[in-house]
Amino acid sequence: MAKIEAPELTGKIITPKVKTGASKDLKVFLAKPELMTKVSFPSEKPADWKEKFIENFGVILNKYKSVRVFLDICVRCGACTDKCHFYLGTGDPRNMPVYRQELMRTVYRKYFTTGGKLFGSLGAAQEITDELLDEWMTYFYQCSECRRCSVFCPYGIDTAEITMAARELLDSIGMGSKYNLEIVNKAETLGNNLGMPGPAIRNTLDFVEEDIKEKSNVDVKLPMDVEGADILFVTPSADFFASPHIESLAGYAKVFHQAGASWTMSSYASEGGNFGMFIGNYNHMKAINARIWKAARELKVKRVIVGECGHAWRVLYAFSNSLNGPFDFLDSRYRVPQHICEYTLDLIKRGALKFDKTANDQFSVTYHDSCNVARATRMGETPGDQFTIPREIIRTVCNKFVDMDADTIGDRTFCCGGGGGTLTDELIDIRVKGAMPRMQALKRVKDSHNVNFFALICAICKAQFTKVFPYYGIDMEEVGGVHQLVSNAIILGAKEGI
Amino acid sequence: MNGLSSVINLLAYVAATIFVLGFLNKVVLYFKTPSPLKIATTPAPTNSVGVVLRLVPEVLFFRSLLRGGTAEKILWVGGWFFHVSFLLIILRHLRMFVYPVPGWIMSFQQIGIWAGLIFPIALLILIVRRFTNDRLAVISLFQDYFVLLLIIAIGLTGLLLKYFVRTNLVDVKSFILGLFSVSPAQVPASPLFLIHFSLVLILLVYFPFSKLMHAWGVLISPARAQADNPREVRNVAPWAQ
Repeated sequence: MAKIEAPELTGKIITPKVKTGASKDLKVFLAKPELMTKVSFPSEKPADWKEKFIENFGVILNKYKSVRVFLDICVRCGACTDKCHFYLGTGDPRNMPVYRQELMRTVYRKYFTTGGKLFGSLGAAQEITDELLDEWMTYFYQCSECRRCSVFCPYGIDTAEITMAARELLDSIGMGSKYNLEIVNKAETLGNNLGMPGPAIRNTLDFVEEDIKEKSNVDVKLPMDVEGADILFVTPSADFFASPHIESLAGYAKVFHQAGASWTMSSYASEGGNFGMFIGNYNHMKAINARIWKAARELKVKRVIVGECGHAWRVLYAFSNSLNGPFDFLDSRYRVPQHICEYTLDLIKRGALKFDKTANDQFSVTYHDSCNVARATRMGETPGDQFTIPREIIRTVCNKFVDMDADTIGDRTFCCGGGGGTLTDELIDIRVKGAMPRMQALKRVKDSHNVNFFALICAICKAQFTKVFPYYGIDMEEVGGVHQLVSNAIILGAKEGI
Repeated sequence: MNGLSSVINLLAYVAATIFVLGFLNKVVLYFKTPSPLKIATTPAPTNSVGVVLRLVPEVLFFRSLLRGGTAEKILWVGGWFFHVSFLLIILRHLRMFVYPVPGWIMSFQQIGIWAGLIFPIALLILIVRRFTNDRLAVISLFQDYFVLLLIIAIGLTGLLLKYFVRTNLVDVKSFILGLFSVSPAQVPASPLFLIHFSLVLILLVYFPFSKLMHAWGVLISPARAQADNPREVRNVAPWAQ
């Protein structure tokens, strides 16, 4: 593979001129037949794939109002064209949301609209062909389902819905992404995306316990599979494995410890993430999500709290009540589920946690709103609390905090460039380029405020940024979780016995 | 009644029927298609009153467009003045549809004339931006130009009728009232009027089969019209049960 050149850091986000085909060669690896079979998709493209494709397309149109309405009502006004980080990073017109959608819309017209049937190519209606499928496979895996386009669309058209439907259609005729389907398979068979067995997770938890003990001389426990605990805590499995994720794991544990909470994790439901969402498959999403609620029932907990992960929070917050609810077996006094940031800030407000802010004085901190948290969920009571709650926590535990430019945070935040099932090595080129808008915004606060800690609450963002920061000449150590900052500053033990 | 009048009257009823049934068909289809998951683009209101309050500025002021950059500001000017002047022109036209003409319709006459002049300018902005901006040039399709040109043609023939090739309004009104009272009357002896009128019929027929359905879609788009309350209210599609 050719050497990957990161865009120059200038602090400016400039909309590129259209460069047709600029990212046409950046493709995900196809899943092998055995893997396709394991996740209940056709092992390969059947001889009558065209009929199957059209039939399945019709099924999706009848199942999802979003897809049907969005395909009909786009006026191609162009408001979305320069809003996608992958377009800004590559200039490939297929990464303009409307033109990505056009890959599906053109086929939709051909088989499902009067105009397309009557006027064919004059009305931009195309038959589905192998070549077009190939383009689908390329560009619907260059979308991170981040929903930024939806914010600026006059009708809220959400490309994520189209991308999910496209991936579902591709899977249904035997064309899947190896990366995404391997993870779906691991989550369904082993309980987490990394395929870590329970004992390996226990080892990590022991390590974190020992580490905390060594540094602070306090016995903070990270319990697993404790029946009768009050709280089931579910977090992305990267927290058990990757850096800097594991630092936040210590942070959650310290918060629970100081709160005197009875909590547990589950070796059966050891994953908050849910790649069923990324591939737009309702059944897989439901099956992966079901493990969490099964664990909650079996461990007889009263509430469920979710760790730092963007799409995990989306599935749990927005979808799980539909998928596997109702949750009337849990304590109705608590929101189901709850985000760890909601929980931590609530404790802070009640004065239950004490901090030494100077512990974070070597850091000048900014906060990156992860797309799924920002545009697909809420925390707290009031719309927009998903922006204020993590920032309030940071301000409580750090002295130096600054926000990036207003048009790059909140609901206008930029994707990290690795979300929505694109966090795979074969896409590293576009991941580096897709991170460009975020990196430029970061560059500005680095210049103005010497920012050296990039705080966030998403496992995919953490993995993506630690990987791409070096391409931009920034130390990967600058990436970290909000609860990593909490972990640094929290004063342990002071409240013991109360 | 001559043969031409019979044909035009018949076509008017056919076009109106296609418009109404086609539109209703889409409305029913959208209504019947379930939303299995809550997908409001957040921050979103948490109840239905809030949803209405979210949609009103979207419909009246194209709020989301205003959040974009320069290209969207230009689009906003073209789009907003196009839609508002179109509405005012239609209101002005109502005096042709009813007898006697109520006072509130008369109050739109002067502003309707101004709107008629702004209308083609707004449309010009909308069409020029399609081939002057490199991104828009890529995404624009034949049908995008077709519908803009169709509406421009309706506007220009209307202006010609108003200012240059005036037609007998009594004839026009008796023809239109005839249509509405299902007692078909002679069409006015004005080729330009017949062109203007036929273009409107084409627009009516085209409407339900095209992107013009955004007029309804803006009200029901799941990303905007859903309340953000998934933790409180369980939402399950019939097919997912």
